[in-house]
Amino acid sequence: MEFIARGILDHREPGVFIAFEEKIEDLRKNFLSLGFDLDGMVKKKQLVLDHIFIERSEIEETGEYDLEGLFIRLGSAIDAVGAKRIAIDTLEALFSGFSNQSILRAELRRLFRWLKDRGITAVVTGERGDTRITRYGLEEYVADCVITLDHRVANQIATRRLRIVKYRGSPHGTDEYPFLISGEGISVLPITSLSLDHQAPVERISSGIPRLDTMLGGKGYFRGSSILISGAAGTGKTSLAAASVDAACRRGERCLVMLFEESKSQFIRNMGSIGMDLERWVEKGLLRFSATRPTAYSLEMHLAMILKMLRDFRPDVMVIDPISNLYPVGDDIQVRSVLMRLIDHAKTEGITGFFTSLTHDPGSSAYGLEPTAMHVSSLMDTWLILKNVEGNGERNRAFSIIKSRGMAHSNQLREFVLSDTGIDLVDIYPGSGGVLFGSARIAQEIREKAAKGAREEEIGRQKRDLERKRKIMEAEIEAIRERFAREEEEAGIQIGQGVGREELLDEDRQEMSRSRRADE
Amino acid sequence: MPGTTGRKPGDESGGEEWILKLYVAGQTQNSLAAFANLKKICEDHLQGQYRIEVIDLVKNPQLAKGDQIVAVPTLIRKLPTPVKKIIGNLSNTEKVLVGLDLRKVA
Repeated sequence: MEFIARGILDHREPGVFIAFEEKIEDLRKNFLSLGFDLDGMVKKKQLVLDHIFIERSEIEETGEYDLEGLFIRLGSAIDAVGAKRIAIDTLEALFSGFSNQSILRAELRRLFRWLKDRGITAVVTGERGDTRITRYGLEEYVADCVITLDHRVANQIATRRLRIVKYRGSPHGTDEYPFLISGEGISVLPITSLSLDHQAPVERISSGIPRLDTMLGGKGYFRGSSILISGAAGTGKTSLAAASVDAACRRGERCLVMLFEESKSQFIRNMGSIGMDLERWVEKGLLRFSATRPTAYSLEMHLAMILKMLRDFRPDVMVIDPISNLYPVGDDIQVRSVLMRLIDHAKTEGITGFFTSLTHDPGSSAYGLEPTAMHVSSLMDTWLILKNVEGNGERNRAFSIIKSRGMAHSNQLREFVLSDTGIDLVDIYPGSGGVLFGSARIAQEIREKAAKGAREEEIGRQKRDLERKRKIMEAEIEAIRERFAREEEEAGIQIGQGVGREELLDEDRQEMSRSRRADE
Repeated sequence: MPGTTGRKPGDESGGEEWILKLYVAGQTQNSLAAFANLKKICEDHLQGQYRIEVIDLVKNPQLAKGDQIVAVPTLIRKLPTPVKKIIGNLSNTEKVLVGLDLRKVA
């Protein structure tokens, strides 16, 4: 029905749907729940719905016959709307109504040739056989393409899958593809785009934490990259991701957050306690949430739902918190496969993806690298890790960047501090007894400050000392100068007096000599 | 006299007139054979207490819907009720009789 309806809705190709087993009324009702308004299509003469009733009880077959009646009915239906597509559900009903297999087979062959000649694409349903693909071997007559559907229950979760068995004239994927029947029809997970030919992004976006941007080559994350945040319980992975969400919303970008552990209101409340107001972004329509229990659906269903949300909302940033919760739903390989497809899609669309993952602290070693259980780190461009550090009777958190492709990033450990004003990445102290966190760090900071203060005081004191000595010296010089000045003065006077006496003596002598001369 | 009431030898009609509809699709071999066979059987067993209506689906395709005709030729016994359906060119007389619920005269 999807084929016929889409043909009408999307491609303007009228269609015919022949039902052997369901009544038209049931068809109308059932497909309305998938979002197809068959009634409307019939009224607009785009669709013919016909029910052909084959009596199950054996009809007496009294000689040669053919199924021209069927052809006539199909023909009139096709002509009524000029159909290019026809669906027959299910052709095997004919097998239960007519016992002459050879006539049936001949007629089926004729039917498909007849449809083909008219250029009509036909989709035919048949039941799965035990040994063959169909119970009655329909696949022999169906010339071009055979698709099998499967409904399996694994790990108590049911998945529908389809597989293309043959497709003449064109290469096709041979794997099983899970598909989803939802309120908008059938959707099959897109697998084809698993080529690795994305454009490498160059634009950078802020992480929402200035210090972290600095650590990330000074500019932050690459837009469209995938970021893994792993850490033990309670280390603040979610907050780290939320900081980027907040930053993105501030830039006016849309964010989609998928929660597998908390509810939306819990998340908002928790982030509110560290100073992030996410509610306003929700109100503005920039932030959307989806919270589900991972065990509610199969992995493929989760993937399909997420892809659908991404297509509908078209966010710039997406968060999955945490991916480790997908673990019980599928095994290593499956989870990795789902993530790979998701990341692939995100990269193609330029969506920056944040994935948090719960890991466990290994024993007491605080700095050993932790292998992520799902080996998904290789899918990620950036890997941030948060660890619990226990010591001095308290717990603190250490943050570091394990890798970030394409940029020079800091390799320094920082202390990850949450407060009601937000997240801060603080320098740790490499001391003689190892690095220090938390209150030990603070204590050390105080000590260092005190030591620094003491040194400064010492310098000050020495300076003052010198100053004092200088003053003393200057005072002494001053005193010497004064004494000398006084002596100078005195000597000056005395010299002056001496000179005066000499002059007097001279004058006297001259007088005397004059007076002596006068007698002669 | 034929056509009057009262049982005649070879008349298994049970007293009421049989109404038979034969659906064919054009003048094919099967169609012609079916009609011929039907006529003969009716003559042999119903002795005039019958009416045959031949419906050509090529001319009237929409009539296939009413009686849900898929195979051709199809013979439908409308009266007497219950309605009976037989497919094929009616060459197998035994089966036709069983299908139409006509007893053979012992």
